[in-house]
Amino acid sequence: MSEQYMLRVVKLSRFFGYGFLGRVKFPAVDNVSFDMEYKPKIFTIAGESGCGKSTLARMILGILEPSEGAVIYKGKNIYALKSKERRWFYREVQAIFQDPYDTFNPLKKVDRYLYETARNLLDLKDAGKTQDIVDACLKRVGLSFDEIKGKYPSEFSGGQLQRISIARALIPEPKLIVADEPVSMIDASMRMNILNMFKEFKEAEEISFIYITHDLATAYYISDEIAIMYRGVIVEMGPADEVLIKCHHPYTKALIEALPEPSRRDDWLTRKVKPPGMEVKEFIMPGCKYADICPYREDICEEKKPPMFDVGNVKTACWLYK
Amino acid sequence: MEPSLIVEGLKAGYKLQTIGSSEEVGVYVDAVSGVSFTLYRNEVFGIAGESGCGKSTLIKAVYGYYEPSLVLRGGSARIYGAKGEEFDTTRMDRGLLEKRVWWKHMSYIPQSSMNVLNPTMRIRDHFAEILRIHVGMKKGEAYQEARKYLEEVGLPVDALSAFPHQLSGGMRQRVVIALAILLEPSLILADEPSSALDVINQKVALTLLREKQEALKNTLVIVSHDMGVHGVLTHRMAIMYAGKIVEIGRTADIFWKPLHPYTKALIESLPRLGDKSKRVGLSGSPPDLKKPPDGCRFHPRCPYAMLICSRAEPSLREIKEGHYTACWLYSEAVGEPR
Amino acid sequence: MGTVTESLRRMGKLLITLYMGNLKFRIGFTILSILVILGFAVSPFSPTNTRSWYIVPRDRPPSYEYPLGTSSMGRDILWELCASIRNSLTIAFVTAMIASHIGLFLGFIAGIRGGVIDRILMFITDTFIIIPGLPLLMVVTTVLKRYLTIPTLGMLISIVSWPWPSRQVRSMVLSLRERTFIHTAKLSGMGTFRVIVQELMPYVLGWHLINFTNTILFSIGTESGLAILGLSILDDNTLGVMIYWALNWGYALFRGIWWWLAAPVATLVLVFISFYLVSIGMTEFMHPIARR
Repeated sequence: MSEQYMLRVVKLSRFFGYGFLGRVKFPAVDNVSFDMEYKPKIFTIAGESGCGKSTLARMILGILEPSEGAVIYKGKNIYALKSKERRWFYREVQAIFQDPYDTFNPLKKVDRYLYETARNLLDLKDAGKTQDIVDACLKRVGLSFDEIKGKYPSEFSGGQLQRISIARALIPEPKLIVADEPVSMIDASMRMNILNMFKEFKEAEEISFIYITHDLATAYYISDEIAIMYRGVIVEMGPADEVLIKCHHPYTKALIEALPEPSRRDDWLTRKVKPPGMEVKEFIMPGCKYADICPYREDICEEKKPPMFDVGNVKTACWLYK
Repeated sequence: MEPSLIVEGLKAGYKLQTIGSSEEVGVYVDAVSGVSFTLYRNEVFGIAGESGCGKSTLIKAVYGYYEPSLVLRGGSARIYGAKGEEFDTTRMDRGLLEKRVWWKHMSYIPQSSMNVLNPTMRIRDHFAEILRIHVGMKKGEAYQEARKYLEEVGLPVDALSAFPHQLSGGMRQRVVIALAILLEPSLILADEPSSALDVINQKVALTLLREKQEALKNTLVIVSHDMGVHGVLTHRMAIMYAGKIVEIGRTADIFWKPLHPYTKALIESLPRLGDKSKRVGLSGSPPDLKKPPDGCRFHPRCPYAMLICSRAEPSLREIKEGHYTACWLYSEAVGEPR
Repeated sequence: MGTVTESLRRMGKLLITLYMGNLKFRIGFTILSILVILGFAVSPFSPTNTRSWYIVPRDRPPSYEYPLGTSSMGRDILWELCASIRNSLTIAFVTAMIASHIGLFLGFIAGIRGGVIDRILMFITDTFIIIPGLPLLMVVTTVLKRYLTIPTLGMLISIVSWPWPSRQVRSMVLSLRERTFIHTAKLSGMGTFRVIVQELMPYVLGWHLINFTNTILFSIGTESGLAILGLSILDDNTLGVMIYWALNWGYALFRGIWWWLAAPVATLVLVFISFYLVSIGMTEFMHPIARR
């Protein structure tokens, strides 16, 4: 292959305006770069609400246009795709969304989206063949066509809808699936089934995943690599074991310590954390955006943005590692 | 041990109306179906379960907070004040509860702090209002008190004169916690107090709640779907499934020696940092509470289901000291537990 | 074509569900139906020309022969009223047809395209909202008085009635655009046009119907206002024009010919109540989006 990477996210930024006529701009995603090779893997983007992870996901999907930077998929800038190429892109890259009840139009039957996907993206004309493919994809998530035929979204539970959503994403046999908080609205007892599916699809069908989440425990469970975001910036990125167990960036440390983990009960109750302050201010800070609450702050942190430093296999944006 | 809340056979649910027609159609959602438990002073009690299991409805029924569609079908919820005063919240109307019980003996922390805070009132006036109604305190004095309590929950003094929307979600939740402990009630009910918050803010709010409980030596009830929260915070806990309590016991016992198959599944599906071994969830979905299944409500999803499970409902029985479960696997009539 | 018939079918189904399910809508719709029948099915059988003067005895109170009495202009008020209902409803219908669809179209474009186009369109819309409508119409109708006909009057009124529907549709499209199922549709390979027609339209349609009703209400009110000021088509029959003649020429109130004034005023009130109930009924039904 001519390109080394399947997906390249290059210096991606997205500004949102607020204030009078949107004159004050703050970056929801600020100069984010990462690459994904062709080798199938699960890449997690984790962070708290408002860290820009969903905005980033939507830009990777081509739903939202970036203010600066580019997303290159297999050597093509996805914002310069013509309508035919866009179909190709959706054949290669699919998505699963957070709210299963809103994934399908409540006024339409759910099977319609499965049919549409098969017909539009695979150019299928034959109704029988379309149905076979739809049925096959539903079987892979533990459902069958007869179970969903002619039903509206309100007739399913959240877990079922999310599986239908996954089945739809599988239809064009994509190479990459962007899953934006796919289990945060699913009950704990069924959450693992869905995450196990991702693992299985990665291994058996060589599908890569970008898993967007706020839940570090599930992120650790399924991901090969992870990026931690804070206020629009990736602060630490690398293999999941190293990032989440060794925790280099002070913010990652704070996150891991705050995680309610029953086996560390006494520790959790006694150790104090400092809560983040007013958000907008932190988004437009000139230096490191974590400097305000960081216990290791030095003068340089407030003045200059830290670049990504290599610490073993991990990259982290913190002056401690210069 | 002195009890602070005794709930007996509480039944509550939702009467549904079909939209677009004015006549009532008798659909009833059996959200809380005969729940009994006792809470004691100086303990943190957790109620866990998945969405729709009735845990929030249970808390609302105990608090006496009835939305139009929520109806009480029976049972009682008796709370005991610091001096031993007894109130049965199921026998009191809202006006009486507001005047004599809420805030003073029992306070409620909802998931969204905006349900408690009035968007047009400054933070300090929320304190003044409660202090005026229940203690008859003057405004100036009340503001001083408010300042003291805000400092206690770690908020800047500026927050006093702020309106609720000017604070972040985490800060608002801390204001609600400060309000909840203001009159030192003997019972604090927290319904998913941290679900809308990020991990760090969650930790701040939960450790704060725990600290205040330790200082007041009262009873704190935490309702949460997040087993991790129960694992680090509660002394005892109950697991609810489809409107019933299936297991009650000390938190350590629930986590390390669960009895009920549903609890086992919940614990086993909990991912942990540093442990990549395969987790398996349950198959199927919770039952439709408009027409709950016969027998044990968990039997359609239970890997150990037996014939009796679909026919008769198991009652909550003490298996080990202080550890109760409602499951036929632990009944002598059927044989030894597997 | 398929989507048009499907839309019509959906609209019909909606009307039936509404009629069965909502009391307010049922009352409003029934009154409205009676008015429409009077205006369009009954008025063609008028024994006299309702625009001629002195063809029946003047100033007769309601009686068996003249159920609503006669006016000082020598017209049978019952038949004049029927013709007035027809003309007033026609003007309003023309306005609603034009204004609500312009609103729908512009609202959709602004909502979907966003950015600069949205800002320009909304600037124009807001300008039209701020300009007081009635004085503007008074100027225009005074200038064009000689050319006014029933349909052109409806067209003129629509100049000031489109901005509200446009704003409403735009805000609706803006919020729908961010719904997840729109992304699902796009990721399913549906083109923009099909996303608009098949995913957005079903939602907007209901509100479009409400906008349509409200515009009718607005138009009838505006026409009556113009007429009472003497700026409508005074040689034809509309509800407003009837009031104009009764007040300004016939001095009906002073001379005690109350029935001349009572008939159009009562009918106007009925028209307002019926459309209001229809609109409220639809809004109530639409608001919790709980259909299926």
